[in-house]
Amino acid sequence: MRARAMVPGFVVAAAVTCAVSAPLAAQEENALGREVYDRWCASCHGYEGLGDGYAATWMLPRPRDFTQALYQIRTTPSGQLPTDDDIMRVINEGMPGTTMPGWEEELSLEERLALVDYLKSFSRFFAAGEAPEPMTFSSPTRATEEALAEGREVYELIECNRCHGADGRGDGTSSPTLVDDTGMPIYSVDLTENWYFNGGGTVEDIYQRLRTGLDGTPMPSFTDLIDAGVITDEQLWNLSHYVRSLAPEDPPGITEVIRAGLVEDAPLPEGVDDPLWESAEAFYIPMGGQIIESPRWFVPQVAGLWVRALHDGGELAVHVSWSDHSESPDSAWAGFQAQVLSAVGPEEGDMEPGPRPDGLYLQFPMEIPEGMDKPYFLMGDPLEPVYLWHWESTAGAAQEADARGLGTMAPQGDAGQSLASEAAFSAGRWAVMFRRALETGDPGDLQFRVGEPVPVGFAAWDGDNGESGSRGSISSWHYIFLQEPTPATVVVAPLIATLLTAGLGVLVVARAQRREREGAEGPDEGDA
Amino acid sequence: MRDLFGCGRAMLMATAAVFATACGGGGGEAGGGMEQEAAGEEMASPVDMATAGGIHAMVMFEGMAPEMDAIDMASEPNCAARYTDTPMAEEVVVGGGGGLANVFVYVREGLDAGMSFPTPGGAVVMDQVGCRYVPRVVGVQAGQDLTFRNSDGLPHNINASPSENRGFNISQPVNMDTNRNFPLAEVMVPVRCDVHGWMSAYVGVLDHPFHGVTDMEGGADLGMLPPGDYVVEAWHERYGTQTASVTVTTGETAMVSFSFSEAMAANAVVPMGEPIDPHGPGAHTLAPEAH
Repeated sequence: MRARAMVPGFVVAAAVTCAVSAPLAAQEENALGREVYDRWCASCHGYEGLGDGYAATWMLPRPRDFTQALYQIRTTPSGQLPTDDDIMRVINEGMPGTTMPGWEEELSLEERLALVDYLKSFSRFFAAGEAPEPMTFSSPTRATEEALAEGREVYELIECNRCHGADGRGDGTSSPTLVDDTGMPIYSVDLTENWYFNGGGTVEDIYQRLRTGLDGTPMPSFTDLIDAGVITDEQLWNLSHYVRSLAPEDPPGITEVIRAGLVEDAPLPEGVDDPLWESAEAFYIPMGGQIIESPRWFVPQVAGLWVRALHDGGELAVHVSWSDHSESPDSAWAGFQAQVLSAVGPEEGDMEPGPRPDGLYLQFPMEIPEGMDKPYFLMGDPLEPVYLWHWESTAGAAQEADARGLGTMAPQGDAGQSLASEAAFSAGRWAVMFRRALETGDPGDLQFRVGEPVPVGFAAWDGDNGESGSRGSISSWHYIFLQEPTPATVVVAPLIATLLTAGLGVLVVARAQRREREGAEGPDEGDA
Repeated sequence: MRDLFGCGRAMLMATAAVFATACGGGGGEAGGGMEQEAAGEEMASPVDMATAGGIHAMVMFEGMAPEMDAIDMASEPNCAARYTDTPMAEEVVVGGGGGLANVFVYVREGLDAGMSFPTPGGAVVMDQVGCRYVPRVVGVQAGQDLTFRNSDGLPHNINASPSENRGFNISQPVNMDTNRNFPLAEVMVPVRCDVHGWMSAYVGVLDHPFHGVTDMEGGADLGMLPPGDYVVEAWHERYGTQTASVTVTTGETAMVSFSFSEAMAANAVVPMGEPIDPHGPGAHTLAPEAH
């Protein structure tokens, strides 16, 4: 339904049905709820709560249809209505894995309470009965190593991997055929990014979702397994701990500067699996859909990149990894891709389904800028071009390229190529490594210098999600900073301090022992 | 947060309301149905078997049956290994004699307003065998137990998306039974397995026992009904619905026949989640082609 038809349609519908419909009668009395809803919610969820607002076709998953009263985030059993508190929680916190933002800061408590009532008034299910009862949840087990190990066993026993993949990255064999209750394609969540979990990423949240399921999605409830004695409640808690452990302890902060550590006593990594990468600091780069220039992309799949960088004074190595459901193009995902492309609507141009690679670029200015000046973040412009490292899953080695605006990327000639790369896909994760000399002597390349921050931006494409060209994920500008060798005094001073402290300690202990030997006649150890 | 409805007996009240509807308000039963049921006072069938007659439906397929796609079970080798021949999709199943199987046939209109039927004690079983639902189409009475059985011993989930009733999505990772019921009549409730995207099934829910699912011969018995005029509907997942009038006379089995063809697929309206009130007027004037 388009916006122009919405208002008269609603008025007619209201006039016709109000006389007989309790839900709509409740709406009439809830003027505040209607005002808040119409102003803030209707553009996505539709004036009649059908999830068909004018912005809906840009979104996957689609906005909730309130008329069926299907709510993912509940404290009630699968199939039951949510409590008012459940609805309030989603209004407050939003749904982090979707386009639904949180409204706790935006709307007053009174407005949000009215909104809860108003949302319920869209469905006859709420009018029919009384308030739903939340389930009683037990207390968590302790997250011991044994608990985590058992949690992993349960993960395998009940085969969470079918959808979520062996390592929890959403790459399970059933993933490509998942649809939600609206028939739209839906991704199984990447369990390594708990900050995107709908309903929260704590152990308690995970446990509750396992108990209640996420209605309207393929995620079922596991409560019956406890009732049937297939697993115990304790095991479900342990599974929750295990799932929680797949994500970092704290959500990654947004770092502006990627520090490239200096490697002095070992060779720079040669490949993506080099153990040296494990010791390198990892920086998280959040990504968003390219929604500036047409054709835009509102349903990106690469939500963030982990970036590690090391240098040895002569070369720079950059390791980029991210979760991806598939190694595109993967024929198992062809149907899913077609569904995504037909779901996003024609507003951003026609897109034929077909095999597309995954891709990644790092962009830099052509030279280290003076001050804060940077090229336009969407691949520069004719006046200020950018220099890129571009990798595609089907193209072999990464290439150096330059661009003067979106869609103008052109690889440098063979003679100019001085970039080494390696890529590997495993268990739902891409790892791509680039390596290049800091100084290439090629005037078309950026020349890195130790100790000077270099602007760097990222873009990524998930081909099996239908992404290519301007349809993909992008980051803002960040910086990469090649650490300088540590001056000798920085190393020596702590060493001297340590030696001094140790020497003093030895002296004190020796004196104390001597004193004890001299005066140790009585057994007064309790004073110690 | 404030509790808008004040207390928490939603399901009980909803069920009681359904019951009251089914009882049709007769004889002071309305409102007390739930408690009576709970107290174990079994309601007797209102059908007088001395005067009843049967309905037998025959559903035939006209023309060549469409070729079904092979099910790609590559993602589930354990299931694929159970087949010697390639498993084929079961959207259209036509028997050797031309009968169309998996058609849900039921009395849609014509039951006396005062008539209500006890919930059968036995459960209807929908099994999961070789990563297919067996049977693929079942009918249950509102409130009757529906047992989802996992005979595969590998993970399934049962994701039911009704419209009148509340849905559910439950996991069955091992051999096990799980019971659920739908308190309200609706035709049909789609059921799917998200682990195996090809698995789908349909449940017809009615507040009376006069329904059946056609076998490989296309036949279905609808049980014994009081004499009278009824509207019978045949529902197929690909070809939509057809209705026919049928008159039941004492001691006789009334035959009602339907015929579907592939041409109907193009414009088929396949109802899902349609509420059914069988206490309608009955014996509607219908297009003759359905007879």
